[in-house]
Amino acid sequence: MNVEITMEKIGAGHLMRLKGDVDMNTSPDVRNGLGEVFKQAGSKALVINLSGVRYMDSSGIATLVEAMQNCMKKGMKLRLAELSPSVRDVFELARLSSIFEIFSSVNEATAGL
Amino acid sequence: MTDNRPQHGGTVTLSVPSHPKYLYVVRSALYPLVLDAGFPKKEARKVVLAVDEACSNIIRHAYSGDPTKTIIMTVEDGAERFVVRLRDYGRKVEQAKIVPRDLKDIRPGGLGTHFINLAFESVSYDADQVQGTLLTLEKKKQQVKR
Repeated sequence: MNVEITMEKIGAGHLMRLKGDVDMNTSPDVRNGLGEVFKQAGSKALVINLSGVRYMDSSGIATLVEAMQNCMKKGMKLRLAELSPSVRDVFELARLSSIFEIFSSVNEATAGL
Repeated sequence: MTDNRPQHGGTVTLSVPSHPKYLYVVRSALYPLVLDAGFPKKEARKVVLAVDEACSNIIRHAYSGDPTKTIIMTVEDGAERFVVRLRDYGRKVEQAKIVPRDLKDIRPGGLGTHFINLAFESVSYDADQVQGTLLTLEKKKQQVKR
């Protein structure tokens, strides 16, 4: 079971789309994909579209927490969009729903970027 | 025609290699069994997450990432309890080291044990096996509606 990662430039930032399960097997791929974004000079924001992620475990959450910390260091905004019910559950169980900026649609998440 | 067969009592056993790529097999097998035991979808997702985390811990800690070992999952749908047992043959767990992290401490990692404790009322590690550990996860079925 793989995870597909696609990236596109949007305004002053990047939009990453994940498709597949983000678990212990695939989190390293997501981390590598995020590393590529953080190498881009001048990016002001990262929006991650999670609509294609039907499952995420603690390693996926850890990867996103790392991304949030990297964004804070670089002065970038991190926004998550279109969480499926199962992914939203995991954020709630980890009590992270209020820590991340979470949007119900990519359009809302990318507004003003 | 009335089905008089008992709605519980089944036991399913699954053996998977200790490679993370097989975690989805555990999840895919477990989810319908939890639903079949009468738990709602949201609760079933919690159970699947917890068992996935427990298997990840076995791969990471008991087997130190060796993908060639074996994890055996046994799922028992009892009258009063839904029980998942995970057997490994790796390094024995040090129970004192298995503690969930403080959720106020926002950092990567340490959530797996928290998820396991949220999903199951009883979590016991039997390290008295000749080799490895038997983890038993039990969930009451008192509030399950069929």
